[in-house]
Amino acid sequence: MADDIHKVLPTCHLQRLLDALSAKGYRVVGPTVRDGSVVWEPIRFVSDLPIGWRDHQEPARYRLEQTGSQDIFGVVHGPQSLKPFVFAPREPLLKIERTKDGFATRPMTPQPEKVAVIGARACDLAGLAVQDRIFLNDAYRDPYYAARREGLFLIAVNCTRALSTCFCASMETGPRAKTGFDLALTEVDDRLLIQVGSEAGRHVLEGISLSPASDELIGEGATCIDTCARSQVRRLDHARLPQALYDAHEHPRWDDVAGRCLACTNCTMVCPTCFCHTVEETPDLSHQQTAQARLWDSCFTQEHGYIHGKNIRPTIKDRYRMWLTHKLASWIDQFGMSGCVGCGRCITWCPVGIDLTEELSALLTSGSRSSVTSPQVEGS
Amino acid sequence: MSKADSIVNPYAIHPATIVEKLREAEDINTYRLQFVDEPMQRRFRFKAGQFNMIYLFGVGEVAISIVSDPDQPEFLDHTIRAVGRITKAIAGLQPGDVLGVRGPFGQGWPLEEARSRDVVIVTGGLGCAPVVGAIEYIFRRRAQYGSVKILHGVKAPHDLLYRERFDVWRRSPDTEVLLSSDQPDKSWRYHIGVVTELFELVSIDPLKTIVLMCGPEIMMRLGVPILIRRGIPATAIYVSLERHMECGIGLCGHCQMGPYFVCKDGPVMRYDRVEPWLGRTGV
Repeated sequence: MADDIHKVLPTCHLQRLLDALSAKGYRVVGPTVRDGSVVWEPIRFVSDLPIGWRDHQEPARYRLEQTGSQDIFGVVHGPQSLKPFVFAPREPLLKIERTKDGFATRPMTPQPEKVAVIGARACDLAGLAVQDRIFLNDAYRDPYYAARREGLFLIAVNCTRALSTCFCASMETGPRAKTGFDLALTEVDDRLLIQVGSEAGRHVLEGISLSPASDELIGEGATCIDTCARSQVRRLDHARLPQALYDAHEHPRWDDVAGRCLACTNCTMVCPTCFCHTVEETPDLSHQQTAQARLWDSCFTQEHGYIHGKNIRPTIKDRYRMWLTHKLASWIDQFGMSGCVGCGRCITWCPVGIDLTEELSALLTSGSRSSVTSPQVEGS
Repeated sequence: MSKADSIVNPYAIHPATIVEKLREAEDINTYRLQFVDEPMQRRFRFKAGQFNMIYLFGVGEVAISIVSDPDQPEFLDHTIRAVGRITKAIAGLQPGDVLGVRGPFGQGWPLEEARSRDVVIVTGGLGCAPVVGAIEYIFRRRAQYGSVKILHGVKAPHDLLYRERFDVWRRSPDTEVLLSSDQPDKSWRYHIGVVTELFELVSIDPLKTIVLMCGPEIMMRLGVPILIRRGIPATAIYVSLERHMECGIGLCGHCQMGPYFVCKDGPVMRYDRVEPWLGRTGV
């Protein structure tokens, strides 16, 4: 279905789509400008969107500027991916109350809510697919994630402009949204090309009278996306992963990057796929009731590798190596897919501008003095 | 909480009463638990080598291996050393108090694969706990297994748990039990030294043998190569590993070792699969 139906909506009529979503009972969320960056907020009107804004991203730099244009989706992305919508930064798990038999637990599973996100990028959809694999398609299905995921309606926007930090083309995750969306938009001048990706997407469009898109416009949109792909200046060479990174375990570059890394956890917080979490227990003062919640955690913290009395990864070198090796190598063994989708957020939001594409390249090309046996991993 | 919730929610915690508390050593106790919910008690099944998340109200959870016999699921025993925030608080509990249980989780010992083979069990310190259930399992089916050799090392004699069990096992047919201590006192009647020295004191038919090993990682790193030099294939050696486990189901990310989640791919893992990672720093 995704390839079949293409419609066109003049940009000035985007409000009709927002209204159609509201009429179908969706809470609509989109990119908005706040405190100098773009974040997801509830929106009611097209004017809530960052019209005329553009983002510039470089290692350790994020800047918004007004261009004076009428482009609605000129901003590529902010620090948030789709992750917070499904894997909540703080998720109440259980309420536990003392009873005469001991205690009783009550799951705090969220009620599914219809949320339509407009402006998701291809890398965000790819990140969501990774999280789906982890939380929904393993031995245990996470009921909290599942409840949040159920009501999500996704309106992707194909990228026609790449940031200097983007490398989705080399990860084959973008800049075109291929799967996982209900609707996908491509902004071509003053028109929005709309592609239908699901039955729910088709259903939403039923309420709006739209013209079919001409082949010419479809071709124009495709050209814009291809140009965006070709303009990407960063790439990640994953051909020899995971083994090449396992072999680089003793590479001197780890010392080099550890000297720069602050272990601030920013890269893991902005990553669309990082899933580490910890559980927090909050008893009340009378100790009759207690609540469990899970919070995002990061492998860059001291506590992450703690095991009674010792720390498995005591140095920043250990922790950066853990993160990069997991993200780009062991993730593939664990889930059959890369843990990196090429969004470049970890590069932008690293306060000292560490660039994982640059680090991987250095780790794979020179100075290797690997002395350890190559691991034999099942299925690799 | 309804039954349906408890089935679909892997985070659901089931209250269990401490029916017996057995002091094993100064800071180690074995707790016999019984689920408050009787149907839960009836349906709870586990494999030797699996673990439960043990929960203390208002404090938190900790991963503890199951010590009891999988053929007697009416007993659920956990041996716990008071070593961290949660386990120290658990040490103050008495029979009648209630803990929470979530599980069982993880891969157990390969007891089917071990059938008709000789079994060598190598443990150090509290590492003997996760194999107790495996030994009981084998002894209930004694004719189906070859010789059993139990090699157990402790630092000091007072670290020796399950003394009576070792005595019972020693008297079983075609079974050898060898103990060692590297900081013995005058009462110690067994070997003096580290557990790997016991390898020299037993005869092993390397191609007929399967090894189950649990203890500090250093014991495995140093011990397994000796066994391999004696001709036991790395594919016939199983180790039970320990990492920080918070969720027990491969979601929280803490227990990773290389490409594995120790909670779901382990804690029992075939040695050849983990060998590249065991000796690596920061993994």
